[in-house]
Amino acid sequence: MSYMTINNRRVAFTNEKNVLSVIRRSGIDLPTFCYHSELSTYGACRMCVVEDDRGRIFASCSETPRDGMVIYTNTPRLQHHRKMIIELLLASHCRDCTTCAKNGVCTLQKLSRQLGIMDVRFENNKKHLERDTTSECVVRDPNKCILCGDCVRTCDEIQGLGILDFAFRGSKMQVTPAFNKDLAQTDCVGCGQCRAVCPTGAITIKQNVEPVWHALCDKNTRVVVQIAPAVRVAIGDKFGIKKGENVLGRLVAALRRIGFDEVYDTNFGADLTVMEESKELLERLESGENLPLFTSCCPAWVKFCEKKYPEFRKNISSCRSPQEMFGALIKEEARMKAEEDTRKTMVISIMPCTAKKAEITRPEHFTDGEQNVDYVLTTTEVTRMIQEAGIDLAQVKPEALDMPFGLSSGAGAIFGVTGGVTEAVLRRLVNSNRSEDLEAISFTGVRGVDGIKEAKVKLGDREVKIAVVNGLKSASEVLDKMKAGEVYYDFVEVMACKRGCIAGGGQPVPIGPRTKKARLEGLYKIDSLAQIKLSNQNPIVMSAYDGILKGKEHKLLHNKVN
Amino acid sequence: MERIGNREALGQVREASKARIEDSKCRVLICAGTGCLAGGSGDIYKRMCELVEENPDVEVHFGEEIAHGDGEIGIKKSGCHGFCEMGPLMRIEPQGILYTKVQLEDCDEIFHRTIEKGEPIRHLLFKQDGIEYQKQDEIPFYKKQTRNVLKNCGQIDAEHIQEYISTGGYEALEKVLFNMKPEEVIQEITESNLRGRGGGGFQTGYKWSQVARQQEKERYVVCNGDEGDPGAFMDRSIMEGDPHKMIEGMMIAAYAVGASEGYIYVRAEYPLAISRLKLAIAQAEECGLLGDDILGTGFSFHLHINRGAGAFVCGEGSALTASIEGNRGMPRVKPPRTVEQGLFAKPTVLNNVETFANVPMIINEGADWFKSIGPESSPGTKAFALTGSVKHTGLIEVPMGTTLREVIYDIGGGIKGDGEFKAVQIGGPSGGCLITPHLDINLDFDSLKKMGAMIGSGGLVVMDDHTCMVEVARFFMNFTQNESCGKCVPCREGTKRMLEILERIVAGNGKMEDLDLLEELANTITDTALCGLGKSAALPVVSTLKLFREEYEQHVVEKKCVSHNCTAMRQFIISAERCKGCSKCARNCPVGAISGQIKEPYVIDNEKCIKCGACESACAFGAIHIEG
Repeated sequence: MSYMTINNRRVAFTNEKNVLSVIRRSGIDLPTFCYHSELSTYGACRMCVVEDDRGRIFASCSETPRDGMVIYTNTPRLQHHRKMIIELLLASHCRDCTTCAKNGVCTLQKLSRQLGIMDVRFENNKKHLERDTTSECVVRDPNKCILCGDCVRTCDEIQGLGILDFAFRGSKMQVTPAFNKDLAQTDCVGCGQCRAVCPTGAITIKQNVEPVWHALCDKNTRVVVQIAPAVRVAIGDKFGIKKGENVLGRLVAALRRIGFDEVYDTNFGADLTVMEESKELLERLESGENLPLFTSCCPAWVKFCEKKYPEFRKNISSCRSPQEMFGALIKEEARMKAEEDTRKTMVISIMPCTAKKAEITRPEHFTDGEQNVDYVLTTTEVTRMIQEAGIDLAQVKPEALDMPFGLSSGAGAIFGVTGGVTEAVLRRLVNSNRSEDLEAISFTGVRGVDGIKEAKVKLGDREVKIAVVNGLKSASEVLDKMKAGEVYYDFVEVMACKRGCIAGGGQPVPIGPRTKKARLEGLYKIDSLAQIKLSNQNPIVMSAYDGILKGKEHKLLHNKVN
Repeated sequence: MERIGNREALGQVREASKARIEDSKCRVLICAGTGCLAGGSGDIYKRMCELVEENPDVEVHFGEEIAHGDGEIGIKKSGCHGFCEMGPLMRIEPQGILYTKVQLEDCDEIFHRTIEKGEPIRHLLFKQDGIEYQKQDEIPFYKKQTRNVLKNCGQIDAEHIQEYISTGGYEALEKVLFNMKPEEVIQEITESNLRGRGGGGFQTGYKWSQVARQQEKERYVVCNGDEGDPGAFMDRSIMEGDPHKMIEGMMIAAYAVGASEGYIYVRAEYPLAISRLKLAIAQAEECGLLGDDILGTGFSFHLHINRGAGAFVCGEGSALTASIEGNRGMPRVKPPRTVEQGLFAKPTVLNNVETFANVPMIINEGADWFKSIGPESSPGTKAFALTGSVKHTGLIEVPMGTTLREVIYDIGGGIKGDGEFKAVQIGGPSGGCLITPHLDINLDFDSLKKMGAMIGSGGLVVMDDHTCMVEVARFFMNFTQNESCGKCVPCREGTKRMLEILERIVAGNGKMEDLDLLEELANTITDTALCGLGKSAALPVVSTLKLFREEYEQHVVEKKCVSHNCTAMRQFIISAERCKGCSKCARNCPVGAISGQIKEPYVIDNEKCIKCGACESACAFGAIHIEG
């Protein structure tokens, strides 16, 4: 144990990687724009500067803690420098705060208020740059970019894609895709992780709120909404509810008040996915073809695989993702009942994910020429709709989901975390309700936050080799090793976002380590409280197979493409 | 050239080369440095070669490998002689005559009189204060210098490795490979107290020992030839004039730290340096002095050239290595330092050209010899690029600790024209200004640091009283702003704002609070910028603001520029006495700001005037002058 003195207080530290972490752990929230513990240290914003006892000023993010260090975090010099940095940033920043998508959650705005910047002495003479609205998932507004590089490093270091990078020098520097291409022309998979780390409104979610409001006001439209697992443990964030708390009941009530006609659970769709995907896995294990089976529920991963590793395309499961299975089911039901209910049916998904917005328009996600899901709203957009309707989620009395598709298993709930799909499929295959069996599955190695996890499970007399991956850079690593013949798997689950959907690109920000942990625990808690643990024990799922799905499993639940 | 496979072979090549040079009756060294080439020295070289061929009666024998090189008359293209003001230069040996401002039409006379008959041509000799100097060494510009690093520049043909070998080249390499252990090499360099010539002044030996100490065994030696300061050309001259000296230094470093790969990072704006280096590497490889199993010792060293794309920031170590790796040239946070994780994240020795060029001499002559030159804390010599309002601009080398007065007045010959000394800008855009009271301070790392300036890489821009110091600050800030990589906020945004303020002041729109704001910004940039270049970006402003505050205030308050530099503050006045009323000025004025009647004095309307100066140059009677 070593000690340093921070603002005249003795602070113990052990293996913190930098002085900034020690300072923050000691209870001082030193501001930063460009520091993220999961990314490499960039050191560009210079907000985390501290002063030592010899008057030397240095950035604490890039300084290794040393025993006996004496530092100050709030001297007049430091205050001056921080204010000057904010003033300089504001001077070259589009200051349309009131109409900005990040109004209220912008770090620049927050720090400007926190440090009491009342005046900007420099003229904003920066050339106006075009917004890039070509992506279905995110919008890039370079006028709001402060060049902290968080998006650049996330895209490169976590996702291994490197879609965004710096161009030009000095005050003309910009973050842009190569050759100033539109995002839509790049291999961007729409995961929105750039948006999740962007401290300002430079990268925001593509908004689909307006058409949904229109539909809600239209008496001739039946608006059906489904809620993804990871949404319920995140949407409370902006309403002062404890992080990670399951607010599904409150959300259902709020959505009804807003005007949604039927409120269902994507977890039901997840249960269907478990059924289909485990069946597919067994078939492939049997035939030995196209192994390993790759999961298909994460659209960013699917697109990534198609673009970067087309040779593995055949390995992707033919199963539609839970939201698409669910959408197809609702639309099919509506088509069957078209005579008794003449209203148009619209399916809305509330998702933690920006990539889902692009998934719904892919040609394979149309059934009988009709789009399975009409609009995807992210958790963040729905937060705004609830606020716009004047509803305080914290004050709403919880209500139950609509039936029949409101019933789901715990296996469906854990789809929102990395390893969840695999665990759910394993439960189905092991097909046991005994708590020791369930526990054994959870201890195979599928849980946890590592980028690549490996598990071996005995199914009958066969040992199935599994890889659970989160983060696309890790996915590249696994696929490269597979290509090189260094590893072999039967089943590979990939979630594009680190830790899975709980940290998706559409979730409320900021998503710090503590938030991620709380959301993760929230989902596992839902599972542990669920009476039904196995998807095949969901009675509605089983009756659907006997009813509406009968003979139509392939039409509704699978893609023809693969 | 044949492969030099062992120590004996190298000795034989050295002796043979020496003998060949000594045998030649006459050597003509034509400066092929960038300045002289621009002055036409390339054509002079060609003409001299033609003359040798056209006159077969003058006995000339050409060697097999080197055309015009090994005969009795050798016409050579050398590196920069240093006396750039007087170029194109031609040195004739064995007499040691230096001809200055040589023109193509002088070649015949030189050939027939000096080469054939040994007669000096008086009008080509350098003259100062009525004295005519026949020999190069006697010219005050050279006499006051100590040319160690630049010794060969201008004295040998930079395009032939034999010439370098003949002057004792690769002797130091031989010595370390056969007689010294790597740790002894580091010890020697450490003892010599050689400090990095690139600007930082870091102890070279300590740097090497840090690399040698790393666990990782894959290591690199990188030479920083990205000399980007405006007005600096020391490293360029070494690379052009004596490339092998620097290469030998790199090889010694590689041997000392256990590296087998090296990179030279050169600005693409130095095409001649690049081609000379390429040639030098190719020749060294051909004869086995670079590559595998050098001199049969088992030591291998491979050298690569990387061309920089013209970013000043790539002179910063981590930006330079990033650029070699193919990434955007941006400095990164430290630690890890370059010695721990430099090029390709491996331990790396990164020194600049002049530092490496010092190494062979230290090995040959010993640390004590090196320490005997200059002050104890900054021993050795330093090359400076002397430019600006000084009579003898050029490339000089003096012992550390030489005073500014000696450099400007003794070597530089004093201030050019009718002006008076005002200041010298040292260290380029990262440096500061020194003024008359500083003339007697010693030029070394520590003394300058105390003065708020820095030696930098060695650019010395002399300014006379016709120079506006606010404009100087604006010029450097403009440079820094253009060259900022854009990574950290203080440098990217801060220099932009400082430049805006300075532009405002020179345009006559400054306010008094602007001066405070300049200081505020300078403070933040200096304290918080990410890299060394950022931290020193505000120095030219800080130093001029400190030394010439009244000039700033005049610009702001009186809207007056005493040196008449700032166009916006100029007032063109027609003297009523001198004006003959010819109307020429009015006819030449592009904006119709001048009015009057023929044969009556004309008047300039300063509201309309765009300060272009067309009237002043048009007036045949000198009736128009500038005020303000």
